[in-house]
Amino acid sequence: MTTASHKVFDFHGGLHLDEHKSISTSKRIEQAPIPAMLVLPLSQHIGAAAKPCVAIGDSVLKGQLIAKADGRVSVPVHASSSGEVVAIEKRNVPHPSQLKSECIVIKTDGRDTPIDTEYTGLANYHSLSTDELRQRIHDAGIVGLGGAGFPSHLKLKPNGHHVDTLILNAAECEPYISCDDMLMREQAPAIISGLRIMQHALHAKNCMIGIEDNKVEAFAALQTAIGDSDDIEIVRVPTRYPAGGERQLIYSLTGKQAPSQGRPLEIGIVCHNVGTAAAVHNAVIKGEPLLSRVVTLTGSGIPQPRNMYVLLGTPIDDLLEHCRANRDDIGRTMIGGPMMGFVLDSTTAPVTKTTNCVLVTHQRDVQKPETALPCIRCGDCADVCPVNLLPQQLYWYAHSQEFDHIQDYNLFDCIECGCCDVVCPSRIPLVQYFRFAKTTIWQHERDTEKSNKARLRHELRLERLEREKIEKRERHNRKKAALKKEPEQKEDPKKAAILAAMKRVKEKQSVTNISPSNTENLNADQQRKIDEANARRTGQNKDKNGS
Amino acid sequence: MITNTPQVPSSASVSKLMLHVGYALVPGTLAYVWLFGIGVLVQILLACVTAVITEGLILALRKRPVAQTLADGSALLTAVLLALAISPIAPWWIIVLGTAFAIIFGKQLYGGIGYNPFNPAMLGYVMLLISFPLEMTNWPAAFSLLEQTPTLQTSLDVIFNSGLGIDTVSGATPLDAIKTQLAQGLDIPSTLISPDYGELFGALAGVGWEVVSIGFLLGGIYLLLTGRIAWQIPTAMLGTIAILASVFYLIDSSQYISPLLHLFGGASMLGAFFIATDPVSAATTPRGRIYYGIGIGVLTFVIRTWGGYPEGFAFAVLLMNMAAPTIDHYTRPTVFGQGKG
Repeated sequence: MTTASHKVFDFHGGLHLDEHKSISTSKRIEQAPIPAMLVLPLSQHIGAAAKPCVAIGDSVLKGQLIAKADGRVSVPVHASSSGEVVAIEKRNVPHPSQLKSECIVIKTDGRDTPIDTEYTGLANYHSLSTDELRQRIHDAGIVGLGGAGFPSHLKLKPNGHHVDTLILNAAECEPYISCDDMLMREQAPAIISGLRIMQHALHAKNCMIGIEDNKVEAFAALQTAIGDSDDIEIVRVPTRYPAGGERQLIYSLTGKQAPSQGRPLEIGIVCHNVGTAAAVHNAVIKGEPLLSRVVTLTGSGIPQPRNMYVLLGTPIDDLLEHCRANRDDIGRTMIGGPMMGFVLDSTTAPVTKTTNCVLVTHQRDVQKPETALPCIRCGDCADVCPVNLLPQQLYWYAHSQEFDHIQDYNLFDCIECGCCDVVCPSRIPLVQYFRFAKTTIWQHERDTEKSNKARLRHELRLERLEREKIEKRERHNRKKAALKKEPEQKEDPKKAAILAAMKRVKEKQSVTNISPSNTENLNADQQRKIDEANARRTGQNKDKNGS
Repeated sequence: MITNTPQVPSSASVSKLMLHVGYALVPGTLAYVWLFGIGVLVQILLACVTAVITEGLILALRKRPVAQTLADGSALLTAVLLALAISPIAPWWIIVLGTAFAIIFGKQLYGGIGYNPFNPAMLGYVMLLISFPLEMTNWPAAFSLLEQTPTLQTSLDVIFNSGLGIDTVSGATPLDAIKTQLAQGLDIPSTLISPDYGELFGALAGVGWEVVSIGFLLGGIYLLLTGRIAWQIPTAMLGTIAILASVFYLIDSSQYISPLLHLFGGASMLGAFFIATDPVSAATTPRGRIYYGIGIGVLTFVIRTWGGYPEGFAFAVLLMNMAAPTIDHYTRPTVFGQGKG
């Protein structure tokens, strides 16, 4: 193990913030009680929501699969304790939009009876192929526990790239949050074991752990867990927000910049969070799906800030009650840290796979929002931007809704870290403007796509009508030509025509007595068109439901 | 609307920034008052009163919050800078007119703070210089050069009583003296030792003016050290003036002013630290600010040396204000992840 003299590259900007971490790290991580109700959202990850595979009234056991992954970018959901499914409906979930989302609600029986899982623990994971390994991680429902919630099995697939370095993100740079810190102090061996499994799955050449230099105890615990082996390098980075931003950490450790709008994998680097590593260890070595996570409960509204192992689906209300938070004193509840977290409207929302912190602020500490003054272009925002953007220019174009220009200034490279907001002397909620601009542009792109599709459909219809007209005319002409030819025949043409018609009718009647239907006797082309129309129709309905 | 903004305490504010710029002006201003008389303070007072009244009036007409906007201090700062830029013995209506013009046409008609493309104080200054050249070029001499120190009454008479007793307090500025003498065919070394003008020049530049400049330099250094102004602009501007002046001075010291006189003789220090750094009208990208400072330096030097006015700083700033958006467009920094890995 080498630790001493690794060069740390300095990313642009960033802020030294008051940490407020020590208030929640004095005690060991405690086990939160099993709540009376578990509310398990089907979508706790980036990608398609899982599909329920239980019904209301079903009894479920701890660890039982209750919703299956839907498609490639999706993970399953498991019952985090035993009980009975009492509802599958839309409930409050922790999401910035504050919209309700489909959840499976389990009334727990308090017995916490585990299911015999499909997988048994496995000490020697090397016996598995990397595909089998990824399948296990997928089946355990593991997503990035650092906050983004991207399905981990996808980030453990090299996809044809050669993975040079696997980085474990142990920076945890946001103020107040200490769940990773505590997990490292107490579960360092599991984290290191998980890291080695990930390294194996990726065939990564090197492993690095990036940790902020304020986490002295966690650093020591990791060092002990690594022991004498020299395959993992642990690097202390200066404590400066947002040192734990994926791209910032990669740069700090390797001096490489992950391509803008691309993935770190393209430069041979994969980055995972320490919590994810521990979850991978549990899934592979112990055969346990992801049923709980460490959550920091902190802030001036919590009498004794702490970290807890919380069952996924536990309502935040239950945690507040457990911590004896006085409901009347609570001024604001946030999910995540004070920089990138979001305010939660309803504390009935549950803890999900990505809930790293519940930040409760006493009402006396809630700052009143200040009125924004005009931008004076002082450029302080540009000085602190870790991506080297010009927030003052982005703001100018977002404010005037010039969405073409704003993309010239690389709006979509903004990581929404909020540094610019903090230093702005005019108190402009800059990130808010940038989010607004991003969503407006996305909406515009979706609308354009929709109208393009509609136009194409319209054009194809006109084409078809035109073609039919031509065909009709041709048929007509052929008939005419046929009639013109007939006078040359010796027989009376009218008589012959009548005879022929009668003959045809007789023939038909002899074949079948069923009157013809216009959907029968279709040629292949017609059948294909009908199928396509049906597909479009169902597709549209899906769009409607989805939006 | 969902508000998800960072919830960490922050002390940054526009009025605080303006206040500190005001503090930084104190040493230079004190030296100015000490060496050139109470007229400086009278002008500042007139300017401030005019600025508050005009800005308040326009804000009321535009139905904007009056008290809150006035509290940002930007109108007062414009007023103080304009008062420091004009002659302390100019008649009272000069500063009143100039300040009102700066606030109304230089700032509020563009939409108020943050939206003005030109530095309001310099816009007011140039308007006055072009419209009232006589009043604007009548400068006081330093007290040490006068036969007797003017009384308070004389100072007030000069400003409020149609220039009564103005001859007892006025004198040429160093840059002015050299320019007029050069025009009459007298080279600089002769001017420096001439009986009429020789006494104007001190150790660095003009007697009195050099001390005022040092005062503004000290204030500027304070702003630089506390990170309240962008270092690129004053550094690039003063550096450019120093280099250009040195080159030409080395080529022909009889026709070109010494770099010291350039830096400490005119508006260079006040301008570099307090006016060119006005963020609203300056370039805003880090690299752009360097070009912006260089541009002001070059133009100031060119106008001083070959132009019709002895001091070219105000024109230089306005010209570069016009160029700022273009400079910003072409000096966008490389975004993280788009450069070389």
